[in-house]
Amino acid sequence: MSDSLSYEVVPKVAVPQAAADTPPYWQTVFRRLRNDWLTLAVGAILVGIVSAAIFAPVLAPYSPYSGSILHRLAPIGTPGHWLGTDETGRDIWTRLLYGGRLSLLAGISPVIIALAIGGSLGVIAGYSGGLANSVIMRATDTLYAFPSVLLAVAICGILGNGLLNSILALAAIFVPPMVRISESVTSQVRVLPFMEAAKASGASDLQIIRHHVISNIVGTILVYATSLFSLSIILASGLSFLGLGVNPPDAEWGLMLNSLRQAIYVQPLVAALPGLLIFITSMCFNLMSDGLRSAMDTRLSE
Amino acid sequence: MFILRRVIQAVPILLGVSLIVFGLVHMLPGNPIEMMLPAEAPAEVIARVKADFGFDDPLPTQYLKWLVQALHGNLGTSVYTAQPIAPDLFNALGNTLPLAVLATIIGCGAGIALGLMAAFGRKRWPDKLCLTAATAGVSVPHYWFGMVLVIVFSVLLNWLPAQGKGAEGAFWSLDQLRYMILPAITLSLIPMGTIARVVRATALDVLSREFVDALLAKGLRRGRIVLHVVKNAAPPVAALLGLQIGYLLGGSILVETVFNWPGSGSFLSQAIFRHDIPVLQATILILAAIFVALNLGADIVQALLDPRLRRR
Repeated sequence: MSDSLSYEVVPKVAVPQAAADTPPYWQTVFRRLRNDWLTLAVGAILVGIVSAAIFAPVLAPYSPYSGSILHRLAPIGTPGHWLGTDETGRDIWTRLLYGGRLSLLAGISPVIIALAIGGSLGVIAGYSGGLANSVIMRATDTLYAFPSVLLAVAICGILGNGLLNSILALAAIFVPPMVRISESVTSQVRVLPFMEAAKASGASDLQIIRHHVISNIVGTILVYATSLFSLSIILASGLSFLGLGVNPPDAEWGLMLNSLRQAIYVQPLVAALPGLLIFITSMCFNLMSDGLRSAMDTRLSE
Repeated sequence: MFILRRVIQAVPILLGVSLIVFGLVHMLPGNPIEMMLPAEAPAEVIARVKADFGFDDPLPTQYLKWLVQALHGNLGTSVYTAQPIAPDLFNALGNTLPLAVLATIIGCGAGIALGLMAAFGRKRWPDKLCLTAATAGVSVPHYWFGMVLVIVFSVLLNWLPAQGKGAEGAFWSLDQLRYMILPAITLSLIPMGTIARVVRATALDVLSREFVDALLAKGLRRGRIVLHVVKNAAPPVAALLGLQIGYLLGGSILVETVFNWPGSGSFLSQAIFRHDIPVLQATILILAAIFVALNLGADIVQALLDPRLRRR
């Protein structure tokens, strides 16, 4: 599960070739994606999971907070509660739908925050080089000296539990890898001939970064960011599982998993359900990221 | 020379680590006193706790005092139990260590086997199977996987104990091993998928080199080629292993919660729920120092395996 943070094959920047006989780069990428049925399938599943979370109030048959103590721990297939009920009699299907909202929010937003912060720091470090590069990269190295889960747990433990704090803690551990990727692709682009041409024609640094650097590195960085979603969702639910993330009685998959842990002797199948959803979601994100990566890899032949 | 240089390079990183650990506790909103004492605590109690734990000093002084004490092996006193932290912490680490070693052996062995199988069965079913297993391995929430193992092997089959560490005794005794199997398998997932992917990529890279064709042309059996692949794939895997054991130590906080294993992870989460700041600080410092040492060790092993790296 720590794949994305631990071993990075630094990607080569895919610089679009302007040869007359080759189709435009993005057109090639989309054509490859259209033919990749696995990536399309996991994409469809993800769209399904996200829309189920968004439309939870419409789809859910019960309230996520109120249950009947008379119907505690009903098994899967009970009429009226087809996925069973939890330890206080709340409908599992309802809680899973609502849980998706917080789990996805807690898993996706840290990556986006880290993408914005780490991506910009990396561009600054890679583009300017020199002192700024040393300061940013050495600070990144020091943050790398912590096992990521440990750092997230420590930050959460100090800030206190809650959704926002868990998002901040996870964003903090995803910034260093984002900086590294963004710095390495920016320095690759920086030495290309068209950069010199842009400078010679009088473009300012800001213009060059906006038009020439960002447009050339954005694909690589976005693909890397999608590979972090899987880990982020696992860790976000993990923090809630430890009691450091979302607070009860809110529904969240990791929190549900933790409270249903007491019920594994009574309803083992019901108790495993929230984790199964975390697994499916994170697997889909991983497969989608792999699909995107191979679609965007220009070195691969058709 | 090379080893000496790497050891010296680790010193500033360790200093940075200690600075971050200290900074985390003291710079973030909510000071340690507020976290330790209830809001309605009388002023004189607050003053006494502040004086007892040295929170009155300016931050740089506090940091230096803490660092010097830590270097002397004194990690401070728990505010919850009023006992010195070091013995309890090292006791907990002693419980995590055998688990981590067993998990590393399982994860590394299975990962290397999967990766080699995938590389030699390229484009056929072994490759597909191994890649799927590796992707599933990095996608599965390991705390949930641990629960599933408990459900299958403890609840349904009743073969293995669901949680705890078992009676006191050597950890390799049969009784202790029974308790260690499920948590160790769960933890082994953390390195397995990544190692499998890297071994596969490295092995494919080696297999595509010209010397392999030359060896085959000379009549070397395919089985002997594996030896060459292993020899070339060893350095990157060694480097990876250092990182992965560190992640395993970090991830153990979740797995130890699932299995109620009295190791460093449980120790840390206990400190968090007791708002025991000195214990939190000491545990993170020691775990991060172990992580740095592991990576240093992995670097050195990698350089010993691959002499080209020593010249850098």
